[in-house]
Amino acid sequence: MAELKLTDIRKSFGSLEVLHGIDLEIRGGEFVVFVGPSGCGKSTLLRLIAGLEDISGGTLEFDGQVVNHKSPAERGIAMVFQSYALYPHMTVYDNMAFGMKLGGGGKAEIEKRVRQAAEILQITPYLDRLPKQLSGGQRQRVAIGRAIVRDPRVFLFDEPLSNLDAALRVQTRIEIARLKERMADTTMIYVTHDQVEAMTLADRIVVLRAGYVEQVGTPMELYHTPANLFVAQFIGSPSMNIVAARATRDGEALVVEPEGGRRMYLPGAGKVVGDGPIQFGVRPEDLTISGEGQPVFEGLVTLVERLGESQLVYVERPGSDEPLVAKLPGHLEVERGARIELSANPDVVRLFDADGKAVAL
Amino acid sequence: MTDWLTPEEWQAVALSLRVSLVATLFSLPLGIFVAYALARWRFPGHGLLNGLVHLPLVLPPVVTGYLLLLTFGRTGWIGGFLDGWFGLVFAFRWTGAALAAAIMAFPLMVRAIRLTIEAVDPKLEAAASTLGASRPWVFATITLPLILPGILAGSVLAFAKAMGEFGATITFVSSIPGQTQTMPSAIYALLQVPGGEAAVGRLVVIAVVIAMGALLLSEWIGRMVARRVGGA
Repeated sequence: MAELKLTDIRKSFGSLEVLHGIDLEIRGGEFVVFVGPSGCGKSTLLRLIAGLEDISGGTLEFDGQVVNHKSPAERGIAMVFQSYALYPHMTVYDNMAFGMKLGGGGKAEIEKRVRQAAEILQITPYLDRLPKQLSGGQRQRVAIGRAIVRDPRVFLFDEPLSNLDAALRVQTRIEIARLKERMADTTMIYVTHDQVEAMTLADRIVVLRAGYVEQVGTPMELYHTPANLFVAQFIGSPSMNIVAARATRDGEALVVEPEGGRRMYLPGAGKVVGDGPIQFGVRPEDLTISGEGQPVFEGLVTLVERLGESQLVYVERPGSDEPLVAKLPGHLEVERGARIELSANPDVVRLFDADGKAVAL
Repeated sequence: MTDWLTPEEWQAVALSLRVSLVATLFSLPLGIFVAYALARWRFPGHGLLNGLVHLPLVLPPVVTGYLLLLTFGRTGWIGGFLDGWFGLVFAFRWTGAALAAAIMAFPLMVRAIRLTIEAVDPKLEAAASTLGASRPWVFATITLPLILPGILAGSVLAFAKAMGEFGATITFVSSIPGQTQTMPSAIYALLQVPGGEAAVGRLVVIAVVIAMGALLLSEWIGRMVARRVGGA
């Protein structure tokens, strides 16, 4: 069970700085997911933790011990790669035993551990095969098995599901979730660009953008109280609707008027927000068609995507090119070309200031 | 030994085999190192080293031979040093023929090895180091087994090239029968005297068989590479 502490971690490639001072603490046994769009530095950060890249600045501690200059071998980690990185010239068994053979474990002990890991991942029948005789999903399980056998202090995953097809991705995701339960003492760090993987697996999510940490929190914290516009739009699918608006104080209440929408009355919000321009955010699943809340938007339905239990309705508002997306129950009859009114409950509305920072309501 | 070759012809063939074998074996460690450096490392002078390695491929062999004579001759700055300190003489000795052959064959060897190194996913090496392997151990257990076919193919090619080396060799070590007269030098010398055609014919057949065999062998090894490194 290893605790990690990152203090002002920086990474430059030549004159280009890609990580601009990351501060982060990871508790022992925690499952942390680094998520962000491509180029945000999440994989680089993972490689720094693994010891595969040199740290340009700051300190990295494992259990209070600075490991900046320790080799991957000395850090007691194991890493699973997107491309599996299995040794093509070794059988599945030898691939899985590789890490332990280095440690000088006895032959019987190695055999026991390899068989145990193979059992967990259901790859026992393939132990004598070469990697090229396996399917993508089986190969990734071998790669995970190879890491398990090593019994690492920190388990690192670099986009392990990205090379798998949709069905296998879900199945392997569930297996990783089970693994997390089984290895509850092992600290795990998982990198992905897929916010669904982040939401379903993480104890805590670290959202990265352009080499900065945007927010750290549990999946539901990020969903309900995003720190800024970027996180608000990155977490949740389809992403949050953002509309420019004007705020006017009315005593303790705030009157918000989104562009191309109707006034909305937010009791109490006048205490924290002043008059002026503001960004108004509402999630597609928080928009309703009936009169449950104050009607805010009115517009023309331009597209309906039926998903079965729900449907995504794209609504064009006067004076705006960006359609609003509403996630409505699947049984409602909504036709393209129809005019509809959408309501939102004031409790679920998010406001962001001119810099994109969330306003605490 | 064989009655279809005269002792002189047999001497030339045996010398060629010895020169080529020594040239290949001694240049192999350096060849692997240079190929690895060119494939995996970025450093100042990368382009220069690459150019230097390939230079013998495009330079007139007689120029390479002359440059060897200047540097490795007894009065040359490396040759003089080696002679003075270690008693090692290259000029007009069979060892010189081996040196010339090694330098001429080096580009082919490095190319073949470098290609297989580049075909090895660097993530395999990264994975091994995350699993606790030190750098030399990663090289020994992961990189080396995966590039072994390339090393074999490069060696076979280098050997064949060394067998055929003529221009640089004759310039550097001349063509002294029994000492520095390799098979190609012997063929050339026999062509200069009347009635040498029969001997030339015999040596030519041997040269063709060895060259063809080497090419087929390296082709076969190349296919092994694809099977081994690919599809994993």
